[in-house]
Amino acid sequence: MSQAVSVVGLYVRDQDEALDFYVAKLGFRVHTDVRNGDYRWLTVQHPDQPSLQLGLFTPVSPMLDPGTVQALREIVAKGAMPPLVLAVDDCRAAYDRMRDGGVEFTQEPLERFGSVDAGFRDPSGNGWKMIESRR
Amino acid sequence: MLDFICRDGERVSQDPELLRRLLRAKDRMDAASHEKWTVRRLARVSHVSDAHFARSFKEAFGVPPHRYLLARRIERATALLRDTDQAITEISFRTGWNSVGTFGRTFRDVTGESPGGFRAREKAAPRELERVPVCILSAARRPDLKIAVLEKRRLATADKVGVQKVEVP
Repeated sequence: MSQAVSVVGLYVRDQDEALDFYVAKLGFRVHTDVRNGDYRWLTVQHPDQPSLQLGLFTPVSPMLDPGTVQALREIVAKGAMPPLVLAVDDCRAAYDRMRDGGVEFTQEPLERFGSVDAGFRDPSGNGWKMIESRR
Repeated sequence: MLDFICRDGERVSQDPELLRRLLRAKDRMDAASHEKWTVRRLARVSHVSDAHFARSFKEAFGVPPHRYLLARRIERATALLRDTDQAITEISFRTGWNSVGTFGRTFRDVTGESPGGFRAREKAAPRELERVPVCILSAARRPDLKIAVLEKRRLATADKVGVQKVEVP
């Protein structure tokens, strides 16, 4: 497929911390990690979904003014960024594995309407729903 | 640690690191809204003093922690009323009330209708939102408690006895 969404970005508070979380704890892979002075373009991808990169970006000046940087950091830390959804084959197994790996869960696996879902946050405060794909 | 970076007019700047810890307390209420959440217990989750917690939480999320909890409980009760056939008494205990009377009164104060009335209306309505993840949909339908429930009750009573209605911004 040559036409598709290829990068979707998240704001994170610390890129090293986010890298450790998404790669070591969630099992994503690093796609691109390049720096230009203080700026760092960092993207990861789900091992089963090479067509989409998840960008882990920090709000920084001079791309943004200091007031906006502060506001965005607050919004992320308050968990007010849009919801993210991770599809998994087995929600309970993924929950056990990730919880043992130190992921902060906000909701234990819950069965409703023929599927199982759970909720977790990345260290920055971004909220994920983990939903078992319907079989 | 910086608590308030600046006060520029209306918006109060808060330390993102503190906000992340306040979010953890909010998440804990979300996960177990039927439990008793004293300010002390919440403050411990966020690693701040009791007084600091109550003030910072309201600044961060716009409502005091106890009102947030109340909204969550009503949200959960509405979901159980809509999606299950559990008795209203059972639902009131499962969502954290000590008496079904208090539950019914609060539910009416917040939503404007009784638990039974709400259930009957919802069960009759067509389903169209099944493609939105349930957990997210539920948060979107959370009652918006801009004023205290007691205040809302007072206004409703005042309205009934013919006192001039007060506009609530």
